Amino acid sequence: MTDTHSFYGPLADPAADAGHREHPPRVGFFTDTSVCIGCKACEVACKEWNSVPEDGLNLLGMSFDNTGMLGSDSWRHVAFIEQQRPLGQQDAGLEGLPTGPSGSDAAAGVVADALRHAERGGGELGTAPVDLGFPSFQLPGAATGAEGRTEFRWLMSSDVCKHCTHAGCLDVCPTGALFRTEFGTVVVQEDICNGCGYCVSGCPYGVIDRRPGDGRAWKCTLCYDRLRGGLEPACAKACPTDSIQFGPLDELRERAGQRLAQLHEDGVPEARLYGADPNDGVGGDGAFFLLLDEPEVYGLPPDPVVPTRDLPEMWKYAGAAASALLAAAVSVFLGRGAR
Amino acid sequence: MGSNMAEAHPVGFQWVMEAKARGARVIHIDPRFTRTSALADQHVTLRTGTDIAFLGGVINYILSNGLDFREYVTAYTNAPFLLNERYQDTEDLDGLFSGYDPHTASYDSASWSYESIAAEATPGRRAKEQSSPYQHGASGPVVEGAAGQIAADPTLEHPRCVYQVLKRHFARYTPEMVEKICGVPQNLFLDVCRAWTANSGRERTTGLVYSVGWTQHSVGAQFIRAGSIIQLLLGNIGRPGGGIYALRGHASIQGSTDIPTLFNLLPGYLPMPDTTHENLTAYLDNVRGRNQKGFWGNADTYMTSLLKEYWGEAATAENDYCFGYLPRINGDHGTYRSAMDMVDGKVFGYFLLGQNPAVGSAHGRLQRLGMANLDWLVVRDLTMIESATFWKDAPEIETGEIVTERCRTEVFFFPAASHVEKSGTFTQTQRMLQWRDQAVEPSGDQRSELWFFYHLGRRLKEKLAGSADERDRPVLDLAWDYQTDGDEPSAADVLRHINGIDLRTGRTVSGYLDLKADGSTACGCWIYSGVYADEVNQARRRKSRFEQGPYEAEWGWTWPLNRRVLYNRASADPQGRPWSERKKLVWWDAGRGEWTGHDTPDFEKNKPPDYQPPAGASGPEALCGDDPFIMMSDGKGWLFAPAGLADGPMPTHYEPHESPMRNLLYKQQASPVRMVYGRPDNPSNPSPPEAHSEVFPYVFTAARLTEHHTAGGMSRQLPYLSELQPELFVEVSPELAAERGLHHLDWGHVITSRTAVDARVVVTDRMAPLQVGGRVVHQVWMPYHWGQTGLTRGDVVNDLIGVVADPNVFIQESKVLTCDVRPGRRPRGPALLDYIGDYRRRAGITPETGTRIMTAGDGVGPAHIEPAGLVSPPRPEGQP
Repeated sequence: MTDTHSFYGPLADPAADAGHREHPPRVGFFTDTSVCIGCKACEVACKEWNSVPEDGLNLLGMSFDNTGMLGSDSWRHVAFIEQQRPLGQQDAGLEGLPTGPSGSDAAAGVVADALRHAERGGGELGTAPVDLGFPSFQLPGAATGAEGRTEFRWLMSSDVCKHCTHAGCLDVCPTGALFRTEFGTVVVQEDICNGCGYCVSGCPYGVIDRRPGDGRAWKCTLCYDRLRGGLEPACAKACPTDSIQFGPLDELRERAGQRLAQLHEDGVPEARLYGADPNDGVGGDGAFFLLLDEPEVYGLPPDPVVPTRDLPEMWKYAGAAASALLAAAVSVFLGRGAR
Repeated sequence: MGSNMAEAHPVGFQWVMEAKARGARVIHIDPRFTRTSALADQHVTLRTGTDIAFLGGVINYILSNGLDFREYVTAYTNAPFLLNERYQDTEDLDGLFSGYDPHTASYDSASWSYESIAAEATPGRRAKEQSSPYQHGASGPVVEGAAGQIAADPTLEHPRCVYQVLKRHFARYTPEMVEKICGVPQNLFLDVCRAWTANSGRERTTGLVYSVGWTQHSVGAQFIRAGSIIQLLLGNIGRPGGGIYALRGHASIQGSTDIPTLFNLLPGYLPMPDTTHENLTAYLDNVRGRNQKGFWGNADTYMTSLLKEYWGEAATAENDYCFGYLPRINGDHGTYRSAMDMVDGKVFGYFLLGQNPAVGSAHGRLQRLGMANLDWLVVRDLTMIESATFWKDAPEIETGEIVTERCRTEVFFFPAASHVEKSGTFTQTQRMLQWRDQAVEPSGDQRSELWFFYHLGRRLKEKLAGSADERDRPVLDLAWDYQTDGDEPSAADVLRHINGIDLRTGRTVSGYLDLKADGSTACGCWIYSGVYADEVNQARRRKSRFEQGPYEAEWGWTWPLNRRVLYNRASADPQGRPWSERKKLVWWDAGRGEWTGHDTPDFEKNKPPDYQPPAGASGPEALCGDDPFIMMSDGKGWLFAPAGLADGPMPTHYEPHESPMRNLLYKQQASPVRMVYGRPDNPSNPSPPEAHSEVFPYVFTAARLTEHHTAGGMSRQLPYLSELQPELFVEVSPELAAERGLHHLDWGHVITSRTAVDARVVVTDRMAPLQVGGRVVHQVWMPYHWGQTGLTRGDVVNDLIGVVADPNVFIQESKVLTCDVRPGRRPRGPALLDYIGDYRRRAGITPETGTRIMTAGDGVGPAHIEPAGLVSPPRPEGQP
């Protein structure tokens, strides 16, 4: 199953692929958003353990989300999504109340305007503004009619670096600051990073980010230091409802499959896994999710592909083009010689 | 209900999620759609403050459909007991119970007593002044003679039996009425009724969770009573998976009522003596009552041991164990009365320990004006909170009401050690004490509370040494001999003294049953007795839940005597057999002649189920083998409270003190015995039948966010928490936003007759309007964490709230009031006072507004305003 090169496709053992011998099993996160209570303990625990700086005291108006997105100074981000649709069999209790139309679209418009004018748009994402597909721009399934609203659900989800099987950031890092650990996770070494920023554009999720005033790239380390000490990452430790589960990836995938089946059985057909498939564009995520809606709703790309997927092809084409150019150049000389 | 558990108690909420994963259905009844609702199976929006109408509807549904757990109700509650003929119900008196005195706004509860027990007339004024019902915190109130045979009808058919009285009382609480009052559509209400009753009984149980959304009302104690009645009717008390979970407002606030910081209580819910208690015997007679059942019968052992702990060798039988040293109360000395007394120049000094009333107490403005009129103020906190800096940055500086140069109060600030910098216990909502070891040394001048008070006491004793003045004896005679480590007192040694010590052997006692009334034992808090049994700190036990039984008896320690489920005798039937295999908890083992089971039985170990007390027995001996409620004077769970409550034997729907609505059930609008303080600095918004309630047309409620801690002293200084909720906001529905021209993220302000506060507007579908009594009612919500200091600052939301209180426990009605909301920012400086003045004029507000609290019958009752001498207080120096 493992491909001959480690840029794309399923890869059973990324740590071994990176040269680790006798390494521990690959670990990761399974974030079950169906039990997230939005307490943000993960964000705080992460910052406390890793000494991540404050990320700005801005009321964003995106429901209870004032973090906005992952970035150099936010390695966990809890999204809050207010929607006009039911959650499984949940009864939001709006039926029969004298409600008017939803206010979500108007609020989303205000937020979008504010973000457009924000200095960093809530975080540094490469060099140009990027449309991340913010949860509240156009909600799939949102009611648009002027009739009274009768359905409601409030989704919460803690996002994090995906620790991809094929990590675009790592593949493009010229200094070796980014490396694959023995646990199969992807970590930036702050003392080696020179702040070139290639990794920022190499990440298909918009996770890794340069810190203003520092210039170096920062992101979740999956608490590499804690893992080395036999501890689970700070966010998973702090999560009161086990929405963030840490463990060997194989076990997590099995558990996630069971949870998904259970939710489907309980009448939540919209539940789906995200990042669990080794056949996806990044070879599967080390941190994957159970979502209750399309990924875009949570600000996640629907079909992330590691930008280095086409590297062999590109080299092939580049090689062919170079050969063709060489051939053309040679033919010029040869032609001239023949004259 | 009345609880936002996921946000306010996220760690505890993991067990709700675990129950849900195992198939439990979670119903959240709350005015707002919160993070708790997001995870619940069903959310029910109701109008704030109408919980009794809703719960009364559930009671009516149960009784009119015969869905109560009849064997449980007949055997374990007072349902069969007959009431006397003088009792009159709110149905007879238009919203009043018999015994009401409009002039003192209090009840004489004599007519509420059981038929066979003649109760003496007991005017309610003194009980109301002292918050007497609070003094029954761990027990039932006195019902003298309840140990004898009480006239009863086991068929529950006698028209004067409690069951029938209850049924009549709630007969008009129909689904239609619930819809009209609460705004809850009938089908939704009936869904809840069906779910609650279907999931209760012999094989199943339902748990009920409440928090301060229930308590902070002028009828808060009766909210809880209504929940208790349902749980008793359905057999959900004392059984696994059942019960009422009172989630507390802070870490260890349970501990601070068990070993109280309240004016009317001593440790273990022993009442604080009052001026009528001449000596220990008179006091104990009052606590124990005559000829009644239960463990208050041993109050002499608890009290004598407490006095021995306080005064050690100085306490002897000859001097009444120094009972005379205890201060006596002679009225209301509660926190709000004290704040008013400060304003009125009657209080000179004040200690604030981990409390920030300038932000966290209702009517923050009154609190600050009070504190600005003291001689001295001691603040012990982690940071310089607003209550330590009000003299230079209170909102009243801007309006000119406090002038820094002339503020007389001398403030002493002591930096406090945090919970990781000291050892000690937390007592959580399940009454569980969990010990924590010190993790790091306090930095700088930070010190523990224990250090502060130990050395304060030591220095006071030194200063008074040699004094011949009798009034100094209580301090000089104090036993103040705790072990120390360096200059830090040993918290473990203090816990050991709380547990109790047998003075003859010097070893810890094993529980409160070992305590003696002869001065041979000392015990700091009888209900905690056993926490240091066998000289082991039981609260420090940390056996994994995977290594022990389902009740985890070896994790921490739960009072009383490590029982995890109170009154668990009720989990077995009268014969001592579990009601069902599925719900077994404790049971009678006839072979061994003892109670046994998964939990520590909350019953005398060897008392058989068929035990009948001998004639003339009282106290524990008088409890029958099937009296599970061992702290109650009749051994039964009370559907009807024949004594002990200041505001009626059964819950009754009253509108909040400030309401946009007339009471649809009775002419009596709001609680006829609520505590009102009619004074110019504590105005009320008018409510029907008073005119002009339309000036404040919206229902206001305030609560917390997960991201901040109460008054913000522990969170607004921390960047990692402040950035998560960086600004004060007000949540409104899209419908209200349209009505008032409010826009998402723009500024708006909320106005009451007290003040106006600024906030950013958040328009959200989580807020929804309600159809109530033929009109649409909008509700407004604000978090209350902000003040003038910290990384994130904002107006003080509690400044919007006036002081009106429940008469049982003196808790303020801060969960419901009326308000107006307007776009844009509020006026600044003195213009703010004019702005509020204009609102008051338009609403016709005077100090009398809201104080004519009796509205039943044809006339209007007298106004309850403060005596004239107090109405115009002397101007403090700091106030021009």
